[in-house]
Amino acid sequence: MTQEVKTYTVPTMADMAASGEEPEILFWVGCAGSFDDRYKRVTIAFVRILNHVGIKFAVLGPEEACTGDPARRAGNEFLFQMQAMSNIQVLNGYNVKKIVTACPHCFNTLKNEYPELGGNYEVIHHSQFLQGLINEGRVRVKDGQSFKGRRITFHDSCYLGRANKVYEAPRDVLAALDADLVEMKRVRANGLCCGAGGGQYFKEPEPGKKDVNVERVEEALGTGADTIAVACPFCMTMMSDGVKNKNREDSVRVYDISELIAQGQGL
Amino acid sequence: MEIFQQILFVAALAATAWYITKRIRLISRAIKLGRPENRFDHPDERLKTMVLVAFGQKKMFTNLLVGSMHFVIYTGFIIINIEILEIILDGILGTHRLFAPYIKPIYPILIDVFEVLAFGVLAVCVVFLCRRFIARVSRLQAERHRELRGWPISDATLILTAEILLMIAFLTWNASDSVLRDRGVGHYGELQRIVPDFLVSQYLKPLFSGFSDTVLVVYERTAWWLHILGILAFAIYVTYSKHLHIALGFPNVYFSDLQPKGEMQNMPEITKEVQLALGLPVTTSDGTQVNDNGEQPVEVGRFGAKDVQDLKWINLMNAYSCTECGRCTAACPANITGKKLSPRKIMMDTRDRLEEIQHGWQTHGNDYKDDKSLLNDYITAEELNACTTCQACINACPININPLDIILQLRRYRVMEESQAPASWNAMFSNIENNMAPWKFSPSDRFNWADQVNDAK
Ligand code: SF4
Ligand code: SF4
Repeated sequence: MTQEVKTYTVPTMADMAASGEEPEILFWVGCAGSFDDRYKRVTIAFVRILNHVGIKFAVLGPEEACTGDPARRAGNEFLFQMQAMSNIQVLNGYNVKKIVTACPHCFNTLKNEYPELGGNYEVIHHSQFLQGLINEGRVRVKDGQSFKGRRITFHDSCYLGRANKVYEAPRDVLAALDADLVEMKRVRANGLCCGAGGGQYFKEPEPGKKDVNVERVEEALGTGADTIAVACPFCMTMMSDGVKNKNREDSVRVYDISELIAQGQGL
Repeated sequence: MEIFQQILFVAALAATAWYITKRIRLISRAIKLGRPENRFDHPDERLKTMVLVAFGQKKMFTNLLVGSMHFVIYTGFIIINIEILEIILDGILGTHRLFAPYIKPIYPILIDVFEVLAFGVLAVCVVFLCRRFIARVSRLQAERHRELRGWPISDATLILTAEILLMIAFLTWNASDSVLRDRGVGHYGELQRIVPDFLVSQYLKPLFSGFSDTVLVVYERTAWWLHILGILAFAIYVTYSKHLHIALGFPNVYFSDLQPKGEMQNMPEITKEVQLALGLPVTTSDGTQVNDNGEQPVEVGRFGAKDVQDLKWINLMNAYSCTECGRCTAACPANITGKKLSPRKIMMDTRDRLEEIQHGWQTHGNDYKDDKSLLNDYITAEELNACTTCQACINACPININPLDIILQLRRYRVMEESQAPASWNAMFSNIENNMAPWKFSPSDRFNWADQVNDAK
């Protein structure tokens, strides 16, 4: 039997520009997607899906830089605007129109905060993008890769949900998996933060009774789910740490929705 | 005798009006301390929001039971104003149930509706007191929330008790009035066959049947006076209380934030500096280019907010509108997990600071300034640093108050003016500045992940 060998490619904007091409979408990878070992696997899963459906995309690669989100939310407006304006120069230089990103923080900042500084793009979150692919029938979970019998709970991230009212797209994506979707008590607009936003990820929490991620993981475990699905790099870390804190890392896994889709496709 | 009562009544009315005008002046002067901000755009959308959220109480109904109970008090309050109009006119003209003969067929229906609502308000106020003191709803407990200690709890209890007393005065007043009418006493008797018994107060009539005419007239007059004086006193009291939301809730919702909750407001004064630093052409907020030469330097105020004057007027209006209901705090992940931050406290502190300034104006003249500030004297760094900017508080607030906006502005002051960020935030900042990422990785490694796309899973 011959093994089918798939080769995935990751073109950069610079490559494209050099050959006089323009991609359909720019995939904004984000800092976590580029550097965090766990989240790099999400980036790769998403890139494989993009390759699989044959979308003409590109990344900025070494030319990408932090959007400035954590700086702005921590109160360093000066640094935020420095980042934003240099990024806008790069994006406008490549004539970027449409951006997809897996990070809700990048998504929110690029979509809502860059326009006032001169960066106007159509920005979509990867959950919305995947939802589109599923609706168009371009992504279908293979038979035999069934998720039947698995219980998945979805953790809404603040900057996707409350901030931008994207509640259904990630759920629609999970629905395509044919698993049991179980909801936590605090969901959608009432969702509980993972505890990482607003710069919290980058410092110790203030003293209190417990950490926010532990509270949230307790709620997730309460649903009896074996999989916690997330759609944000920070939620990913916070939920994984919470699961470890509860000594449940053997029975409960945390996945990004794009990883689940890639798994379902055998990519 | 009658004319004496009329004079007294007009005097009470005038005194109340004078005092309330004074209070309104003072409060609006305090709100105007804030920085300018245009909240007059998109009138259609604003009107729609106000109709849904303020008049329609949309967000209150996320909890159906509490929403319905609040709705009873709210409609009771709105409708009872019609009745107050009659009472005021009766008081001025020395008449009794002025409207009755003119709107004969609907008058009894109207009063019946008032009575049912009054009874509803009474019942709900009793339930609300029980929620506070017997069921001990967590967000309303002072042991759990230090911002409620002292005055805020008394304020709430006082209002609920006052409303109960006002409603009792109203219902027993109608009952004694009906007995007097049945007996044909004086002008009460003139309303026989015009005004029937009312829906609720008819059951209270037996309580009064044993009394003599004189006692009844005295009771009727006393209840009437208590009811109206109570309402006037309440109107004044409201301007000092969290109950100011019954008036400010409406404009407060009209002027709510319209942008997505996740969008943080731009600081144009910084844009200019950054454009200069990056060697970009300097533009104004509407995007038109500005010539460097001959431009007079604009006076840059503080970056961020240290005190109430640095906040925007809408933040200050928010503070006066806050009902101290604590829905924001009950949804706040930091507060839920025991951190000091409470978005309700942020709002209450802002109002307390404003009232402290008001007090200074009143005792030392309008130019009075003290050396306190909202930051540090009221709100501490520990509270500010705990916010995850998750916007749960904004989502939870029934009247679209935004505590996060105040938190962010205070953070900006601490970080940009005082360089007081926590050390690990400073590390994050310098990483972004030097490595283009919040972590200490070399920017040249940013694309390394791509080497693994073809590795096995
Ligand atoms: S935005 Fe901040 S204050 Fe508001 S609920 Fe979230 S953590 Fe609490
Ligand atoms: S800010 Fe809103 S939710 Fe919070 S206590 Fe005040 S009125 Fe209630």
